[in-house]
Formats: sequence, C-alpha cells, structure tokens
Amino acid sequence: MGHVLSSGEKTLSETGASLGGGRIGMLDARIRIVVTMAFAITVVGLSQIPVLILALCVSLFLLTQSNLPARRTLKRMAMMDGFIFFMLGLMPFTTPGEAMFTVFGFPATWEGLFLAIEIGLTANAVVLAVLTLLGTLEPVALGHALYALKCPERLVHLLMFTIRYIEVLREEYLRLRTSMKMRCFQPRTNWHTYRSYGYLVGMMLVRAVERSERILGAMKCRGFTGRIILLEQFRLSRYDHIFATCAALVMLLLIGLELSHVFA
Amino acid sequence: MHIVDGALANSVVAGGAVVAVGGIALGLRHLPIEKIPAAGVLSASFFVASLIHVPVGPSSVHLILNGLAGLVLGWAAFPALFVGLLLQAVFFGFGGLTVLGINAVNIAMPAVIAGLIFRPMIGRGSHLAGAIWGGIGGAFAITLTTLMVAISLMMSGEEFNAAAKLVFFTHIPVMGIEAVLTAAAVYLARTVKPELFSTMKGPNA
Repeated sequence: MGHVLSSGEKTLSETGASLGGGRIGMLDARIRIVVTMAFAITVVGLSQIPVLILALCVSLFLLTQSNLPARRTLKRMAMMDGFIFFMLGLMPFTTPGEAMFTVFGFPATWEGLFLAIEIGLTANAVVLAVLTLLGTLEPVALGHALYALKCPERLVHLLMFTIRYIEVLREEYLRLRTSMKMRCFQPRTNWHTYRSYGYLVGMMLVRAVERSERILGAMKCRGFTGRIILLEQFRLSRYDHIFATCAALVMLLLIGLELSHVFA
Repeated sequence: MHIVDGALANSVVAGGAVVAVGGIALGLRHLPIEKIPAAGVLSASFFVASLIHVPVGPSSVHLILNGLAGLVLGWAAFPALFVGLLLQAVFFGFGGLTVLGINAVNIAMPAVIAGLIFRPMIGRGSHLAGAIWGGIGGAFAITLTTLMVAISLMMSGEEFNAAAKLVFFTHIPVMGIEAVLTAAAVYLARTVKPELFSTMKGPNA
C-alpha cells in the first residue's frame, strides 16, 4: 500500500490543513458519513449494469464537485482495480452459463463476464464516493463526527490517537530505514532482509510503547482524568438539508430503476 | 487481502458486520481509558507497518502482521485493526465501506486468537524459544486470515471457488515471510523491552 504515497507526501492530512473540498467541503461531516453509508448500501444492492453505470456517474459528478485532483483520485481508484483484476478475470471461466469463447478448452461465459462487470462497477462507484465525500474530511473531523453519530467514545479516542500518531511513526520508520541504508542495507529476497525488517518492526513497537508512556505521563501532568473532551459542535445548515434531500432522491431513483427493470 | 464492495453475498456482509460489532465491543471492554494512548500509538505503528513492502523475488508484498498485533495488543487488537482498516478505506480507497465488517473480522479475529493462544508462550523460556513461538503465532494468524477470506468468498457463490483457491495459494509465501518477521520482531522486543507484551495487560500502564 506504500506505493500510494509518493515521497514527501503525508500519510494523512494534518489537523487544521485546508483541504478545500470545494462544494463538498461545505457540507456537515455527519451528513457526509450518513449519505456515503446509505449510498454504499444502495449501490451494493443494485445488480443491473445500466443502473450501476448511472451510480458510477453519480460518483463522478461528486468528484467534479470536490476540489480533489481528478487524475490522482482516479489513479487511486485504478490501483484498487488492479487489485481485483485477477479475481474478476477469473469470473467468466468459473461461472456456469452460455459460452462466449474458449481458452485452452475452458469456456468463458457471458454470465461470468456480466457478473465481473457488475462487481467492478459496484466497487468503483462506492470507492469513488467514499474518496470524494469522506476522503476530503479532515481526519480529526471524521472522529468528531463519528462521536456525534453515537460511536462508542473509546473507539473514537482510539481512532483519534491513531490518526495523531500515524505520521509521527512513519517518520520514525523512515529514520530507521535511513540508518539501515547508511549501513549498506539493501532489501533482497533472503533471510537477512526478512530478519532485518523484523527487527525494524520490533524496534518501532518498542519505541511506540515508550512514546505512549511519555504521552500518558504528559496527559496526567495536565490533569487527565480519563475523559477526553471532544470540542467540535456540529450545526446543520440549509445547504446540508438540500444536499441530503437530493442524495435521498438520487438513491430512490436508482432503487426505482433497479426494481422497475426499465433497462431489462 | 481486501475484499471490495459488491463481491460478497449480502448475507456474508451482514454477518461480518454483526460479528465485527461484537468483536469491537469485546475489545473495547478490555481497553480502559488509561490504555488508550498505548493502544492508539501501537495501532498507528501497525498501520505504518502495513505500508512497508518487502521484496519477494522480482515482486514485493506489503506486510499485515496481524499475528504480531494480536501478540502485543490481545483483545484490543480488534478495535485497533478495525480503526486501521477504516482509515485505509476512507483515505486510501483500499477495501470497501460495506465490507468493512467482514474485512475486520477476517483480519482481527485471527489476531485475537493468535494472541490468546501464543501470548503466554512468547514470554517464557529463552529469547529464541519466545521468537519461535512468535513466528508460529504470526504464521497461524495470517493463515487463518487467508482461510477466512477464502471461506467468505466461497460462501458468496460457487463462481468464487477458483478465486478463493487463488487467494490461498498466492499467500503461501506471505505466510512464511510474516512468520520470519514476527519471530524476529518478538526476538528483538524480548531482548530490548520484555514488558512490551504485557503493556496491554493489567489495570495500569
């Protein structure tokens, strides 16, 4: 997964960084989470290819409404496609049905092809919606919004700590890698490499635990009583209501098209 | 190892979500607020570890290390790995949203089981014995994860049988690598900071 990050790029965007989510960025974080969940469940429920293409178009429209760099976002989406490509490529050969053509005596079926296209479209429509609606959130705002949506307090705190320390620990990892490089370490397929990486991970864990002891000490020193107060207050604007209504109408339209078999 | 949205049958997705909620609730019960900084920082380190690519021949694989997470975190590995998967899905687009539950179960459940079985063993005996048990725990967790992914695929329809087998066999080298890495990490931790494996135990840090 590391190849997603080009060098110098941060793992998660920093707190307070201006993400400029465009029109999407003006929306309330809670509405974005609820709408994304509802959209994902709706799309997973769809099975007709024309309706799924429409759903993908909805996601693409959302992408144009955010300030996300279209090319980089689509590249991330394509990376996921690379992941599932082999699985989808197998589908025509493993699904029983009418033969389309044969490769080395194995028939490829139309049914399998359609199933593979269906899964590919679903996965892409959902991932694109997630990246545009949720991926543009400030990570900390995601935690606050989940808390406002009644997620367990301790899970939200765990999420916030993880978000806070991912970048810190990645820098620690990069420091350790630099010192390995200075000692002429070159990763290859051998015992030495795997053992060294194991030590690297072990050292990261040791340093992480020692860091967490210092964090707890610093928190106690400032009067930590076992409760962390989440400050953010959410307020819905007229704009949020309009967005939620439109989103609901679009989802109802998708479900209606699916059920009425307009395209079948 | 990530399953995407739309691939699995609805019953598998729903079942995964229910089990995940149960696992997270149980995990949080083992996580007093005093331990949250430690669990959070460790959860972040496992997130960073999953960004590491190690070479295998001409290609490379990224680490999962859920066995090691279970050995260090115990029950808390469930919410910790779930948080990692949530962040991956939301900010990287890896894995899906509706399949978050089943993905969390497939990765975190073997971690917790490996932790329960092998954690008592890695603290005992010589450092080398501890490392070997750690390696077995690491291989056990990743093998169980692969099997569970394969089973989730097979339960979703016969047409996935071939994909399920492909997932299992392509992950055999990963199992070996994870075992060696986990063993080495346990060996180093036993030498440098033996109390690492009891961080998440006991009432106070």
